[in-house]
Amino acid sequence: MATQTFDAGVQDYKLTYWTPDYTPLDTDLLACFKVVEQEGVPREEAAAAVAAESSTGTWTTVWTDLLSDMEYYKGRAYRIEDVPGDKEAFYVFIAYPLDLFEEGSVVNVLTSLVGNVFGFKAIRSLRLEDIRFPVAFVKTCMGPPSGIQVERDKLNKYGRPMLGCTIKPKLGLSAKNYGRAVYECLRGGLDFTKDDENINCQPFMRWRNRFEFVAEAVHKAQAETGEVKGHYLNVTAADAEAMIERAEYAKELGMPIIMHDFLTAGFTANTSLAKWCRKNGVLLHIHRAMHAVIDRNPRHGIHFRVLVKCLRLSGGDHMHTGTVVGKLEGDRASTLGFVDLLREDFIPEDRARGIFFDQDWASMPGVFAVASGGIHVWHMPALLNIFGDDSVLQFGGGTQGHPDGNAAGAAANRVALEACVKARNEGRDLEREGADILREAAQHSKELAVALDTWKEIKFEFDTVDKLDG
Amino acid sequence: MNQQISNDYRTKYTLETFSFLPPLTSDEIYNQIVYIINQGWTPALEHEAPESASAHYWGMWKLPFFGMRDPNEVLQEIEACRQQYPDHLIRVLGYDNYTQCQGHNFVVYRPRGM
Repeated sequence: MATQTFDAGVQDYKLTYWTPDYTPLDTDLLACFKVVEQEGVPREEAAAAVAAESSTGTWTTVWTDLLSDMEYYKGRAYRIEDVPGDKEAFYVFIAYPLDLFEEGSVVNVLTSLVGNVFGFKAIRSLRLEDIRFPVAFVKTCMGPPSGIQVERDKLNKYGRPMLGCTIKPKLGLSAKNYGRAVYECLRGGLDFTKDDENINCQPFMRWRNRFEFVAEAVHKAQAETGEVKGHYLNVTAADAEAMIERAEYAKELGMPIIMHDFLTAGFTANTSLAKWCRKNGVLLHIHRAMHAVIDRNPRHGIHFRVLVKCLRLSGGDHMHTGTVVGKLEGDRASTLGFVDLLREDFIPEDRARGIFFDQDWASMPGVFAVASGGIHVWHMPALLNIFGDDSVLQFGGGTQGHPDGNAAGAAANRVALEACVKARNEGRDLEREGADILREAAQHSKELAVALDTWKEIKFEFDTVDKLDG
Repeated sequence: MNQQISNDYRTKYTLETFSFLPPLTSDEIYNQIVYIINQGWTPALEHEAPESASAHYWGMWKLPFFGMRDPNEVLQEIEACRQQYPDHLIRVLGYDNYTQCQGHNFVVYRPRGM
């Protein structure tokens, strides 16, 4: 072994952290960053700086470096690529040894990979595009409390997407009026209703009152329709103890599903709640408030596909993904990419869909993709085509905005959905024949006919801000 | 303003997938069985008395039809099941052994009055 000596001072990062000859190990955690360096900083140096600052490095040499096996623990920048369509930015690929991370902790992974390095001066902007979690790490995480297959079996719903709806107005209803809106949606044919993410425990509707009235609505709708119903009771709270208290009460009321906002509440809270759900047999719906702050800028932040992977590891049974066709941002190819990351067992590298690495989930359960926001019956054929069966399609305004009320709006959506599923199974082309399929179905559903008249003209045609590179 | 009265929505007792469509004709049932077989799933039949419809487990009509490729044979089994249990609900399933889940599940026969 070569003798090492301590040389105080500042070294070029690339001497230690730029290793173009390195072949990543199956157990390495791999990351792809998009980097724009400060003027005058060579790409290799900027790449190495990112590897250093997100792993073992600090700005100067310290004597205690020599007490540790730095060659073993350091992150390695092993590849640089141009970004298609962006002359200033480049991709850097970094391999981290698995020992850098605590088992079962996406919190720890993020603290390293998107920690101090994002404020680093040598870098003008930085975006974490993708992470390859090695199977050895995946196996230390619990993942979704139930997953797609178990949820379907519990709810007895097969061969179609599920239908949901966020209760509106999102703030200000009393608990009893809120429960009324829930009951009307569920009796009309929806599978789920949902608390808006902003609904926690405000003065106009305390959580306990909401839970009680909603539980009555769910049980009554279930008894009258003969189908299993649920309402995502939002247990997001100011502290983890209150969160668990709310979850416990939802279970006591016999509610099948609760919901959580994983980014504003944080991954630690989310993972604890997911473990509680696994232990108590309650499904977990995940909302994603704050995600656009983190993922929308194409040059800085964290791509949503990384947040999706972290959520699957932390635990959730439903996850919002955008709609592609509705009021919220979402590029189609990119959305299909992270929908696969939620649901499939093995997802191969596919740059055309923004996927930088093969990802093997090693049998971790899948997560339902939730499409929600500004969608209505006319979108149904496209939504079914894009999201397939393992999804929850949520029509908020598109249910409660029906001229004859929530129940009629729910029935209209259910008829439209079933007509589209039936037509797809018969081999018809949903996107081309969608309008005909809906009109045919409306001949035996007054509710659908009215809905088709109400929403005919609504379109959302703004351009996507965060497009795939290229 | 008086449209509200004529548009009263009555709650329906339903039985999951395809309950909101008119009853399927035997041609339409045939098409869904073709879909099940083409997905590589195994068709199967279950039947149950209406009062127990909400149970997860219904009675099985024979074993799932492993290896059955002819949709007409499934239609014949539906007919045989209906003759045996005219007062029961009957549903067609598609077992997906990859996901260990049911890929499809819909009611094809409701006894009189349901």
